[in-house]
Amino acid sequence: MSTNLQFDQIRLPRECDALRQEVRAFLADEIAQGTFDPHRPGHGDSHDRAFSKRIGAKGWIGMTWPKKYGGHERSFLERYVVTEEFRVANAPVRSHFVADRQSGPILLKYASEHVKTNILPRICRGELCFVIGMSEPGSGSDLFAVKTKATKVDKGWRINGSKIWTSNAHIADYMIALFRTSPPTNENRRHGLTQFLVDMKTDGIKVNPIYQMSGQHDFNEVVFDDAFVPDDHVLGEIDGAWKQATSELAYERSGPERFLETFYVLLELIRAIGPEPDARSADGLGRLVAQLHTLRRMSVSVAGMLQAGKEPVVEAAIVKDLGTVWEQKLPNRVRELSAFLAPDIANRVTLEEQLAFATTIAPKLTIQGGTTEILRSIIARGLGLR
Amino acid sequence: MTNDSDHIVTESAARIFADLADPQTINRLDNGAWKAPFWQALCDAGLPLAWVPERLGGAGATLAEGFAVLGVAGRFALAVPLAETLLAGWLLTRAGVAAPNGSMTIAPSRPCDRIILDEDGTLSGSAIGIPFASEAQHIAVLAHGRTIVVALVAASDCTIGEGQTLAGDPSNIVRFQRVKPLRYARAPFGLDHTALMLMGSVSRSVQTAGALESILSLTVSHANERVAFERPIGKFQAVQHNLARLAGETAAALAVSGSAASTIGQSDNIDESGFFEGASAKIRCVEAATEGAAIAHQVFGAIGFTKEHILHRFTLRILAWRDDFGSESYWAAELGRHVAQQGADEFWPMVASR
Repeated sequence: MSTNLQFDQIRLPRECDALRQEVRAFLADEIAQGTFDPHRPGHGDSHDRAFSKRIGAKGWIGMTWPKKYGGHERSFLERYVVTEEFRVANAPVRSHFVADRQSGPILLKYASEHVKTNILPRICRGELCFVIGMSEPGSGSDLFAVKTKATKVDKGWRINGSKIWTSNAHIADYMIALFRTSPPTNENRRHGLTQFLVDMKTDGIKVNPIYQMSGQHDFNEVVFDDAFVPDDHVLGEIDGAWKQATSELAYERSGPERFLETFYVLLELIRAIGPEPDARSADGLGRLVAQLHTLRRMSVSVAGMLQAGKEPVVEAAIVKDLGTVWEQKLPNRVRELSAFLAPDIANRVTLEEQLAFATTIAPKLTIQGGTTEILRSIIARGLGLR
Repeated sequence: MTNDSDHIVTESAARIFADLADPQTINRLDNGAWKAPFWQALCDAGLPLAWVPERLGGAGATLAEGFAVLGVAGRFALAVPLAETLLAGWLLTRAGVAAPNGSMTIAPSRPCDRIILDEDGTLSGSAIGIPFASEAQHIAVLAHGRTIVVALVAASDCTIGEGQTLAGDPSNIVRFQRVKPLRYARAPFGLDHTALMLMGSVSRSVQTAGALESILSLTVSHANERVAFERPIGKFQAVQHNLARLAGETAAALAVSGSAASTIGQSDNIDESGFFEGASAKIRCVEAATEGAAIAHQVFGAIGFTKEHILHRFTLRILAWRDDFGSESYWAAELGRHVAQQGADEFWPMVASR
């Protein structure tokens, strides 16, 4: 607990340059072939299994994992380059991204050898979609209130209850879920939760769609009615999942996806204001550029510190807090700055379409993967408060 | 941002600052009697001329080491012209002009001011907001004649106006009325007005980040100690979230100033990446200063608004530094124009190259 914040000056190593060029060439090729339109986020399917398989074939999923599980033993900084280039291009990565970012690393750490050998190589090939089963009706950010129950039976567990706001459950192959295996104790309300790997094709699992205000369908309710999960799908310590959950969060919180989600509106603004902006446009743009550069330098620094085996937990939470607030405010800032553009700019329609889409998805950015309120409480605790 | 050799330098600097310029101690003093022994100790440690090579009488520290010292200086909210003398030493050295002993400052320190070297070899013009001009013995001047030159001037040869910053440090209008420099030389290729403003901006950014570290630490301690409504105010979620935001601003300032310092520290010439990083650092650190000072004062309440408390030593300095060497608005317009000129297709490659 300390107020000493550390951001090591990490620069991406030289070998990343060639990789970045390779990723850009791959993306340019996919765009030319019509796989996706980088200027129209929200159009078309953001889950493209065939595209994910081509990314897997390039070796860009599970990049940091051991080769014996299909991984490529590359660095977190190389993975960083791939992640940011895909994000900036608005490429449809939803099918494999959760597995690549957090489900795979959890399996690597806690799954049985049999499960690892069976599943990890398929993630790396882009064949599997994973989802996270945390929130429940009546308990969103309050994970210790999880009620969905796993009851011990012969050779496994029976699951009853439901998860909610489960993004991508309708297309997922597996869920990594948090279930209650024991009641909390008086001394420890975190006790009694266990992580499970759940095959979504299991009998007794029903996925009900929940449509979002943006017109998209990511959310679902997932109902478990006596669904069976075998013993070797328990991940880590029974009743002790809360200890497991905290250490991985640094990876989930500090990546480029935590500030680049609405990047396209900034790019379109630059296109719209042209090479000779007035003072107001230039000032507004310059601030946004400085803020983005700062976020990226912080995020790269956390990636480098993680690579070096450090645990920048507070720094990672700060990156997500600042990054998601920034990407959430960005559409409105661009909207303000675009008010005085020349009426005949070529990309006015594109910009307006993008702003409309970015504005409707903006509210979720500071909710998903840990709300601003939760993050600030974590930061405060890290500073030595409470 | 520090490596091992920076670490040794910063530790010895921190020891001197703590012994002879502790904010708590000097805040209680009514006079500046502490300044002379403190400055002498800084000179004995080779800090003011750190950026001057040994053969020219300095300590020959790297740019990175100097920036690391300025970060520590920020943590103590030093009220002496250490950053200014360092910058002056750097400026003179870049042109091969020998640096004198004693305290120095630099002119100009605002983007719109220009000082002219006339045909007769004298300097004319005026510059506002020159930090510590009334205390410094010499001024290192970047002047425009047929070419750009770096000149060393005795402060007593200039007309120096009254004035001080928000924090009470000298900040003066300096008028050059046919002032004959003690010596001058042509500036090397690449050393121009923009390069000086960027170097100054990165120095102020590093100082600001250091001061914010102290502000964060002071504010968290206060929130843990101060009891209201029967519990420490740090237990209230509203206060915790303000402190988390303060930590975010501090973190942003540390990361971006460290990034700019390490970029500019790589080479003597400030190139396009130096401009991108230096401008970004000043913009984001000024934003952090504005936000951070406001949050800290809110958490401290009335006591933080008193002369007796040391909070103002930090908050007023970071607010005052905002306008030195180009404000955030100035640099934002410069950076925005640059990005617009390069065009949308060049934008992400530029960000990703850093």
